[in-house]
Amino acid sequence: MEFASKGSWLSEGGPEADVVMSCRVRAARNLVGFPFVARASDAERHELVHIAKQVVLDSELGQEMIWVDLAKATSRDRQLLVERHLISRHLAEADMPRAVAVSEDETLSIMINEEDHLRMQLIAPGFRLAELVEQIEKVDETLEQKTDFAFSSRWGYLTACPTNVGTGIRLSVMMHLPALKLTNEIERVRRAAKDLHLAVRGYYGEGSESAGDFYQISNQVTLGQSESELLEEFVQVVLPRVIDYEHQSRKILVERNTNLLDDRVHRALAVLRSARLLGAEEAMKHLSRVRLGIHLRRLQDVQLDVINRLLLQIQPGHLQLHIGADLSPDRLREARANVVRKALR
Amino acid sequence: MKCDICNKPAVVHEVTVKNGVTKEIHLCKEHAEEAGVAMPTHQPINQLLTQFVMSQGGQSSESSRKSCPGCGTTFSQFRQTGTLGCPECYDAFEEQLAPLIERAQNGATHHRGKVPKRAGDSLDRTVIIRQLTKELDQAVTAEQYERAAELRDRLRHIDETPASPQITKQAKRKAKRPPKKD
Repeated sequence: MEFASKGSWLSEGGPEADVVMSCRVRAARNLVGFPFVARASDAERHELVHIAKQVVLDSELGQEMIWVDLAKATSRDRQLLVERHLISRHLAEADMPRAVAVSEDETLSIMINEEDHLRMQLIAPGFRLAELVEQIEKVDETLEQKTDFAFSSRWGYLTACPTNVGTGIRLSVMMHLPALKLTNEIERVRRAAKDLHLAVRGYYGEGSESAGDFYQISNQVTLGQSESELLEEFVQVVLPRVIDYEHQSRKILVERNTNLLDDRVHRALAVLRSARLLGAEEAMKHLSRVRLGIHLRRLQDVQLDVINRLLLQIQPGHLQLHIGADLSPDRLREARANVVRKALR
Repeated sequence: MKCDICNKPAVVHEVTVKNGVTKEIHLCKEHAEEAGVAMPTHQPINQLLTQFVMSQGGQSSESSRKSCPGCGTTFSQFRQTGTLGCPECYDAFEEQLAPLIERAQNGATHHRGKVPKRAGDSLDRTVIIRQLTKELDQAVTAEQYERAAELRDRLRHIDETPASPQITKQAKRKAKRPPKKD
């Protein structure tokens, strides 16, 4: 599998990039005339992959899409796609006919036979939800010209799980909240999110831990609210609030806890520069603090884009791609420390 | 973060947005209990299902056995897995699903978003194809070959009018299916 050297959504800053790492919009759709994926036979799943391939590649999008048959892809390639946030872990690990279409610039991916027949997703760096919602509508309409999606006038787009029914749209924002974590105020975000019916998840979404103070905030309600109302709530209410919480905490750190802040930031950089063995979680934690240090101008000689790139390069799939072989956990820690040391020299 | 009333650390944080005005409440455990602040938590569908089934009492066993005409999934299977079998399940289990969805979706009962341009067309088509293939199956099983041929022609006619690939494929597959041997 050919890949650019970096995930496009990690490369540029984008608006509010000190707190908002990236934004994602996902739409769940199912084809008329088939059972949902879990209930479908293997023959039907094969047929779904076949039809989806035709629909996607024959559409206007076809030209820029790369088709990956995930049942045939190596586990290393699948891991790479997960690390790039182009497929879910669930899809990577499933044992059935399944595929993904990825745009050349890695902003759009269409997963086939995830929980729903099609899950289309757009991802971009920084705070760009509005653009993404507009784009996903276009993708949806382009595919709709070639196929029929299951829809009912009462429930909207019909999905395998009723928690996605309606618009089938999930907005999620990856936020970097190190100051809220350092000041033990992260619970405040969790509670506020809960009240607004939002989910707070870890770096890789559902079921994952919040590695390196990165949190994904997404809507849980998909029914009874139009796409634009949902977007407005996110853009006007939810995100500014969380960004503001984090900024307040950063200000408190700089003004009242300078020593603690500088200790954490410089200590993190020192570990990254000298470690010979680095676990993924440990690396994420320190990179997160260095990232904070850069944004608060506590560190002068480290570039933000180096740190952003490292966040991806230290993941197991990317390390293995870099080395060109499958690595044992010990060798992975060693390779990770080498990559980090070299980048921060 | 401290409690709005005393100086103890707040454990309950409530943010409400009403008419664009945001109100925040932060309370310690004691004052939260005193104020009777209940946290509206979002429950996973499985939990909702268990609670729902329990609240239905004896009535649930009968409705649990009902199966979807589209895929054969029963409501109790849905309860176990949390996922439905096919789009038709929404119709088949509408009565049982409606209160569940309402709770999982923060009180929403109807879709208010985008409508696909071909929705009406595709819905009608699916219903017709489903009905015709069902009748075709019955005719073949009962060895009513004249009737079966007629139904096959009607399906073929739908086949010839422009439609999405999967509907015609589905119809073809069903029309070609050999008679069931009991």
